[in-house]
Amino acid sequence: MSETSIEWVPEAGFVVPQKQRVRRIRTAVTTEGPVLRASLIGIAITFLALFLLLPLIVVFYEAFNHGLGAYFSALTEPDTRAAIGLTLLVSAFVVPLNVVFGLAAAWAIAKFQFPGKSFLITLIDLPFSVSPVVAGLIYVLMFGSNGLLGEWLQAHDIKVIFAVPGVVLATIFVTFPFVAREIIPLMETQGTVEEEAALTLGASGFSTFLRITLPNIKWALLYGVLLCNARAMGEFGAVSVVSGHIRGLTDTMPLHIEILYNEYNITAAFSVASVLALLALVTLVAKTVLEGVWGEELAGGSRRH
Amino acid sequence: MQIRVVDIVKQFDPRAKGPVLDQINLNVVGGELLALLGPSGSGKTTLLRIIAGLDQPTGGKVFFGEEDASGLRVQERRVGFVFQNYALFKHLTLEENIAFGLTVRDRATRPPKAEIRRRALELLDLVQLSGLGKRYPAQLSGGQRQRVALARALAVEPRVLLLDEPFGALDAKVRRDLRLWLRELHDRTGHTTLFVTHDQDEALELADRVAVLSQGRIEQIGSPDEIYDHPATAFVHGFIGESSALRVNAREGRLFIGDRPLSIPLREERPGWGRLFIRPQDVVIGEKGLSETGRPPIEAEVLSLWRSGPTRRAELALAGEAGRIEIDAPVATPLTPGEKVPLHFKRGTFYLETPAA
Repeated sequence: MSETSIEWVPEAGFVVPQKQRVRRIRTAVTTEGPVLRASLIGIAITFLALFLLLPLIVVFYEAFNHGLGAYFSALTEPDTRAAIGLTLLVSAFVVPLNVVFGLAAAWAIAKFQFPGKSFLITLIDLPFSVSPVVAGLIYVLMFGSNGLLGEWLQAHDIKVIFAVPGVVLATIFVTFPFVAREIIPLMETQGTVEEEAALTLGASGFSTFLRITLPNIKWALLYGVLLCNARAMGEFGAVSVVSGHIRGLTDTMPLHIEILYNEYNITAAFSVASVLALLALVTLVAKTVLEGVWGEELAGGSRRH
Repeated sequence: MQIRVVDIVKQFDPRAKGPVLDQINLNVVGGELLALLGPSGSGKTTLLRIIAGLDQPTGGKVFFGEEDASGLRVQERRVGFVFQNYALFKHLTLEENIAFGLTVRDRATRPPKAEIRRRALELLDLVQLSGLGKRYPAQLSGGQRQRVALARALAVEPRVLLLDEPFGALDAKVRRDLRLWLRELHDRTGHTTLFVTHDQDEALELADRVAVLSQGRIEQIGSPDEIYDHPATAFVHGFIGESSALRVNAREGRLFIGDRPLSIPLREERPGWGRLFIRPQDVVIGEKGLSETGRPPIEAEVLSLWRSGPTRRAELALAGEAGRIEIDAPVATPLTPGEKVPLHFKRGTFYLETPAA
């Protein structure tokens, strides 16, 4: 490679090594031939189009296949409305609870040394490694009528399984790692020195948390909340086990979609599915925007899921 | 305000050999600028954090003036603490950073907004950053950040100032400038100041008194002159300034290298082996064949030569077990490696290691 300041790079044109363009300069060592490059990109794009983009398009195509009228009447049907309402209700419970749990766990892990810390870290990851169906079964075994606490719950007339509390519990279990996982690495890299500075300046513990810790992690926290929310609304396996599929009562959107589909109510099934898919897209856009705005900070702490 | 540290002991790990801090007693006189100097791991930062209340001692007490501060929480101690890596609040402007200590006060003691702002601007002036109040820490250089950190610490009207390696993360030039600036600021504001450093130049240049720490103990406390000219222990002599340690023997009230007596006077009569510390400028190369005692002079072989600022340095090996010595060799004196030259020792300090039985 020549020593001149301007050089010709295939596909990139003349590349001037100015600071802002430095990423486009390729060195001979890391540049593959054009054929290999094209085929690699081709494979990746074909795969993504076939397995991700096409299904998404199909969802919206099927949803609107019988016109807008059919679409909206499917969405306004009482059981569907109940399912959407329940899904929103579950999220409204799960997300704030997970923010509190996640913050508490992250705070404990990042800012303190204590015995059993690595065990706690492993425990937080448990929901990722356990099948959601098993998670649901755990709750049935705990709170079901033949379960560990079943008799006591029945005696006090509390319904958990085949009721909304069960759905909320199962969703909390599945979504627990999202918030904690996002903020733990960030808090660890930031350390405690700013908090110590705030304390020496006379701030109370709570004031330090509100004014120093929270602003430092707000983007990562928001990111975790987005992911947590998307998963909470979309969770199927664990919820399916504990909900009992009672239409209009314990059916969430994913469960309702399955029921509609099994009844050959294709348009309705895809209409509800399109709402969920739309939500996923909104999450994705918000995530991308967040990464753009606060890329560095998030990169410090991300294990993507 | 005076700081008094009484019998402070800190043991992080009970299985470790020695405590991090071992019975530390220290008096910082009101208005004084005292440096805690020591190599890394000597416990100096731990001591500073204990005084601030950021760490709890295993035993001992800390007094501010007459008040026993040992039971006080960090917030109640009213210390100004400056961290090595500034620890500025990234999401706040400089003005907000400096005002932080005042804005977090509860309603009863918090000054009105306008007053807080006035104080913040005043402190920005004091640290020579007027007009930069709306900037964020990321937009500043290291030296500027550390000045903001100091202003922030001063804003709460601390009883004492504690600085933890305040210039540790800065380059040499900025360090020197900030050193002078801090000295001036201290003379103007008169805060009792305790600062931690591993840089002896910084400690000797800046401080009224220096406390040298090693392995959790205070080796010596004194003025920079006392520390440099009259090191109390072998450690201090080896740590402060440049010196070579020779293995020598004390007997009959004199020091011997091998069988050659030295003209350096002994402070005590006890015989035994020990180490003689000699600074490079305290040795001269004598005339060949001459000696005041009439005996053949002590000779050493030149090992290597190198330029050191205005003079030249030479490393020489003495005969026998005495060891090697580094000396200032005038550029005019012709020397070649391998050559044997007579040495004359003008000054040195002897520390007895193993008293003879």
